[in-house]
Amino acid sequence: MARFLMEKINQDVTLKIKNATKSFAGVTVLNNVSFDLYRGEVHSLLGENGAGKSTLIKILSGVHKPDQGKVILENKEFVFNSPKEAFKNGIATVYQELLVFPELTVAENIFLGHTPKTKIGLIDWKKIKADSRKILDSLDSHDLDVNARVGSLSVANRQRVEIAKALSQKTKVLIMDEPTAALADTDVKKLITVVKRLREQGVSILYVSHKMPEIFELSDKVSVLRDGNHVGTFNIKDVSEDLLVSKMVGRPVDKLYPISKGKFGKPILEVNNFTDGLRFKQVSFKLKRGEILGIAGVVGSGRSELAQSIFGINPSKGGSIKIDEKEVSIKKPKDARNLGIAYIPEDRGTQGLVKEMKISHNVSMANLDREANGILIIFKKEMQNAINAINKLGIRARNALQLVRQLSGGNQQKVVVAKWLQTEPRILIMDEPTRGIDVGAKSEIHQLMRNLADEGLAILMISSELPEVLGMSDRVLVMNNGTITKEFSKEHATPENVGAIMTQKVKETA
Amino acid sequence: MNTQNENSNKFFSRFLINYGQELVLLASIIILFVVVSQVNHRFLGGNNLNTIFAGNAYIGVAAIGMSILIITGNIDVSVGALIGVLATICGTLAVSGYPIWFAWTAPILVGIAVNSLVGIIVAYAGIPSIVVTLGMMSILRGGLISVTGGDWITDMPEGFFLAQQDFMGIRVPLLALIFFTILMFYIMSNTTWGRSLYAIGGNPEAARTSGIDLKKGVVIAFAVHGMFVGLSTILFATQLNIIQSTVPPNLELTVITASVIGGVSIMGGTGTVIGSSLATILFAAIGSSLIFIGVSAYWLRAIMGILILCTVLADMARRRRVVS
Repeated sequence: MARFLMEKINQDVTLKIKNATKSFAGVTVLNNVSFDLYRGEVHSLLGENGAGKSTLIKILSGVHKPDQGKVILENKEFVFNSPKEAFKNGIATVYQELLVFPELTVAENIFLGHTPKTKIGLIDWKKIKADSRKILDSLDSHDLDVNARVGSLSVANRQRVEIAKALSQKTKVLIMDEPTAALADTDVKKLITVVKRLREQGVSILYVSHKMPEIFELSDKVSVLRDGNHVGTFNIKDVSEDLLVSKMVGRPVDKLYPISKGKFGKPILEVNNFTDGLRFKQVSFKLKRGEILGIAGVVGSGRSELAQSIFGINPSKGGSIKIDEKEVSIKKPKDARNLGIAYIPEDRGTQGLVKEMKISHNVSMANLDREANGILIIFKKEMQNAINAINKLGIRARNALQLVRQLSGGNQQKVVVAKWLQTEPRILIMDEPTRGIDVGAKSEIHQLMRNLADEGLAILMISSELPEVLGMSDRVLVMNNGTITKEFSKEHATPENVGAIMTQKVKETA
Repeated sequence: MNTQNENSNKFFSRFLINYGQELVLLASIIILFVVVSQVNHRFLGGNNLNTIFAGNAYIGVAAIGMSILIITGNIDVSVGALIGVLATICGTLAVSGYPIWFAWTAPILVGIAVNSLVGIIVAYAGIPSIVVTLGMMSILRGGLISVTGGDWITDMPEGFFLAQQDFMGIRVPLLALIFFTILMFYIMSNTTWGRSLYAIGGNPEAARTSGIDLKKGVVIAFAVHGMFVGLSTILFATQLNIIQSTVPPNLELTVITASVIGGVSIMGGTGTVIGSSLATILFAAIGSSLIFIGVSAYWLRAIMGILILCTVLADMARRRRVVS
């Protein structure tokens, strides 16, 4: 009887991870981690950057081999030698950076690597297209054309292609690594529906995300990793967000946003009827000293384009910008910098950092001409500035000469902030200031922003995360379809009010 | 005491990481000298080293310009053809009775002009440099052979042969290579301009956002490269008593190879000109060694190929290790 029960339980466990340990170059990044993944459950994996989540995923998906420990899939022990092997045995992974091939069609991408063949060994196009259609329909993506070139699709649709690819084979375990990091809110909702549907079909899902709301909406269980150790596995019903965060960070974290003193100076930046003729039009607003002005809006609403035009990266086609009530002309980023504007871009990898360079070289990059003696770099000064920035912003690095690419996401973001603070700006534009960084670093950056505002800096913040916009901003502008549709004071900016205005027009046109 | 030790260790390992490729090349050159001189004593004797280095210095000078260009994420495959054309211009001017200083200056000016034009096309029309310089290579090669018919230029006036001169017992080309290597290393690592080129090659978008003028940076890098092609031409054209009005075979590949083996990443953003100059010296030494130990010099190309593959593999391995 007892034996029978044991077997019954084992059958429900799809994937067992036992004592997984892995080190790189003498540093243990995963230490004795064990947990079970049951059939048809969504199991979230939580942890700060560097906690070992990526390594664990890579062990399960066959990228890395564990130094010790076992992966047991449906009572059979496996050591995967390659991602392909893991995939063949039923473990599929949808990575944060999508691996789709832009020049191939949707159907070609879905069946890449295991193309069905006809009797004489040619590619069976009919079957590929029909099966692709079936899988996409099962994901509620009826409007996605299987013949479309993947390069022409939105990020959300590319992700659906990735998921469809994962399902094109008998998938038992689906690993999703921060699937919503680059998605707009409406797409996140659709994705959540898809994940729930997969769960009903009996797929076990290992879900990695930094975003608490979706973890609570989706998960059945949650496992927390910290510094490579397994802190615990919990039923989602038994835990609160605060508890999870404190487990992740190892100490209680002040989750509340830093409090605004509500004292602002004169308007320093005034934008009037600003237009680029394409992505945003007739935008007007004022930004005061000491104020954090948030811009809410879905991806594609023209927020980032607005910021880039103010900063002179993309040309504007009309309207005016006044700084200290004087009209100014900004044609290139250097003009903006010389006027005291700094810009922290939305994507630190492509626009913020030269990752092959040292921290000190990145920190000095935007201000080097001012710090130099004529054309000669003063290394002592450059070094001292970098060390000061590391101390002030709490950048965790070996030293100022470490290459930026070796840092974690949160620390890289702090290097971008340090670079622009070096220019001693009076106006700071931050596009997605905390995208893709862990809760600890996030609250540090929020505190830093508030401190800077208290020192008199005017901050224009763009964010897709509604809680961040509402929590940080003294005033909220909602941008929709290229125009500013509404302004909210801090008191009136509730999630319901702002959310409704953010998506209003999109609904009308759709 | 302990901390001091630790500090010097740190300094040493940092030096190793920053200049790994350069040190490997230097060590290879020294090992080669020691080994080959054991096999054949004449290798280090007489004027042999002076001669082989001086004879190859023009490649190193061109590789300085090429390295700067590759650091910005660009490349020039027309460099061999341009050296052929500039050498012909240089020799023709000299035999046509123009003053020697003018014959020497012309290649530099024309080199700057031609490469500035290439730079402008690359930067403002947004065409990849490999495509533009491939086109330029065909134009120069075809033009040269059409105009000269492949004739030789001889009877240059006395005083023209700069590359045959000695200064304090060292041949001028070798001195020029050492001088320009040190000069450009200093400029690339100590000036805001040099730093901006590394930034452009490392991540053009981030460089632009940081206020660096991408287009201007690329055009000037091409112009500086053009100047070094001109300087290289002078050393090339004045080393023998004849100038062949054709393009030296495979010269562009030799120059690019020197940069790559010198540790200049073909992806842009890293490397130094010291590396490319050491690589040039290593090639020259290997080429000469083969003769001294009685192996066919044709092996040189194969060895260069193996070195390229080893360098690139080592580079990849290093990057991968640091990432994980």
